Amino acid sequence: MHQLLQQVLSGLAAGAIYASLALALVMIYRATDLVNFAQGEMAMFSTYIAWTLVNAELPFWGAFVITLAVSFVGGMLIERIVIRPVENAPILTAVVVTIGLLLIFNATAGWIYSYTLQEFPSPFPDRPLFGALMTTRDMGVIAVTLVMLVALFCFFRFTATGLAMRAAAQNPESARLSGINVGRMLALGWGFAAAIGAVAGIMVAPVLFLDPNMMSGVLLYAFTGALLGGITSPVGAVIGGLIVGVTENLVGTYLIASQLKLTVALILIILVLVLKPNGLFGTAVVRRV
Amino acid sequence: MAETFPVDSAAKLAMERESAIGFAAWRWAGAAALIAIAVLLPFTLSNYHVFELTQVMIYAIAVLGLNILTGYNGQISLGHGGFFAAGAYTAAILMHRYGVPYWATLPPAALVCFALGVLFGLPALRFEGPYLALVTLAMAVAMPQLLKYFDVLTGGNQGIVLVKPLPPAALGLDRDRWLYFFVLVVLLLAIRVAANLLNGRTGRAFVAIRDHPIAAAAMGINTARYKTLAFGISTLFTGVAGALAAIVIGFVAPESFTLFLSLSFLVGSAVGGIATIGGAIVGGFFIEFVPNFANDISDAAPWAIYGLAMLLFMYVMPRGVVGTLGPWLTHVMQEFRSERHAAK
Repeated sequence: MHQLLQQVLSGLAAGAIYASLALALVMIYRATDLVNFAQGEMAMFSTYIAWTLVNAELPFWGAFVITLAVSFVGGMLIERIVIRPVENAPILTAVVVTIGLLLIFNATAGWIYSYTLQEFPSPFPDRPLFGALMTTRDMGVIAVTLVMLVALFCFFRFTATGLAMRAAAQNPESARLSGINVGRMLALGWGFAAAIGAVAGIMVAPVLFLDPNMMSGVLLYAFTGALLGGITSPVGAVIGGLIVGVTENLVGTYLIASQLKLTVALILIILVLVLKPNGLFGTAVVRRV
Repeated sequence: MAETFPVDSAAKLAMERESAIGFAAWRWAGAAALIAIAVLLPFTLSNYHVFELTQVMIYAIAVLGLNILTGYNGQISLGHGGFFAAGAYTAAILMHRYGVPYWATLPPAALVCFALGVLFGLPALRFEGPYLALVTLAMAVAMPQLLKYFDVLTGGNQGIVLVKPLPPAALGLDRDRWLYFFVLVVLLLAIRVAANLLNGRTGRAFVAIRDHPIAAAAMGINTARYKTLAFGISTLFTGVAGALAAIVIGFVAPESFTLFLSLSFLVGSAVGGIATIGGAIVGGFFIEFVPNFANDISDAAPWAIYGLAMLLFMYVMPRGVVGTLGPWLTHVMQEFRSERHAAK
């Protein structure tokens, strides 16, 4: 029982990271109707920025804030420069463009920082908590994710910009008619997604060690979480991410060897798409023909 | 001077027919010239360059497979490296464990990959656009793990080292050149099959489903059957390419079949022209030779160039090199012929 609880709690910590990245994917999907295959590599690149800053003797949380700001601006620029021209292009074009971004970020990181594993400092001490049920590090990861979620919720619920962004995502034409600068809102959406991804990258790097291919598995779990929760639902993304984190940990501990963890994600993705394509909280897409 | 020279409709039709025949003749002449060059080229190059060209042709077959699925049928696959791996491992296991001669591994590899493609295509019927891309991406990411896990068959991390095939003594060719011709024959066969398939009824059905699935179904096309078929045929081509790669390189290991292999097929496809047959060959050259030049700059440079090429081609030339230049060339030739005809 103790072991089970332990696995569930450490699964929640991993799940919190997947939930963040899943949330970033959902934000972009809602804003621009795109599945952003480059989300993981963008987060990885942000993490390298944080790593550079920490190595330059900056305090951890200072580096954290600067990285989030840089990622936010970077995300907006990507939307403006790379995504805007293919906004109304066929799906294939959009997929190829985000895959191109994935390759560019991966290669640029490899070019600048090399492909060797780097240690990344954790801001939280590694001490057992609640009679060794979980570590302070896991607790810290969950806390950071929660703070971020509450902040995002407040932003979207209580600020004018948040309302405008929701309007732009839901109905661009009407939003534009009521005087909202939809283009700017979409760019903001990408900026937020990049910053949220950066949080996920910084939280996962102490566990996985930093290298340019660090995020490929995490991205897969995040996709699984986003699909499970319903790719149109931010709440769903978070819950889906947590479920995936716990499932992954339990399946890895009790059912099959952990070398097949990624295959579990593949099977989960197929199951969700076949059995419940709209996910737990998503809305069915109705299309006029 | 076509405007000043009145032609009645019958004469015009006759002229067009003649120009079409002439054009077909030109095409055949062009194809024959290309094949002649392909046959003579290895005798003027070093063994290493011959090996590189063999790789180009293998990539071309793999990209051709991807083009059939993604370009003609509109189903996006980011995981064709997985099917390439399946073909390579089928060939390698048959040769290594069961002593099957290398040339006899191609049909089983084709069959295995066709079956896998159909199996994968069935659930894929329910996935639209980006979701299929997602599932195939997941498969590509999981592939090395799966190959390592079933190590009794696949040799795990170490992979399988194969004996390189011997050329038939009667031909007097060395091994690299013999394999070059072996692959060339498969490539020509693949192009012929693909052309027959895509220019006929099946190909039209594929394209109709891509462009408007509902209209296609309304015209009586069984979309489920054709989409599954497209998947199977596509993975068959890519699987055969994988088997050829195993034979030519003489080694298979899980780490050769990562996500990046799948993405390089996609790059080749986008550069050459995703809904073309000839584009696959351009793509093969791109995949093989860009890393050669770019590696001098940095280890990471080839992938940066692949990524940039993807963006650039999508913005500037979404139909790819062959998809853009091909129709242009046809147009120019027809203009030229009709003008010459008019001048007579």
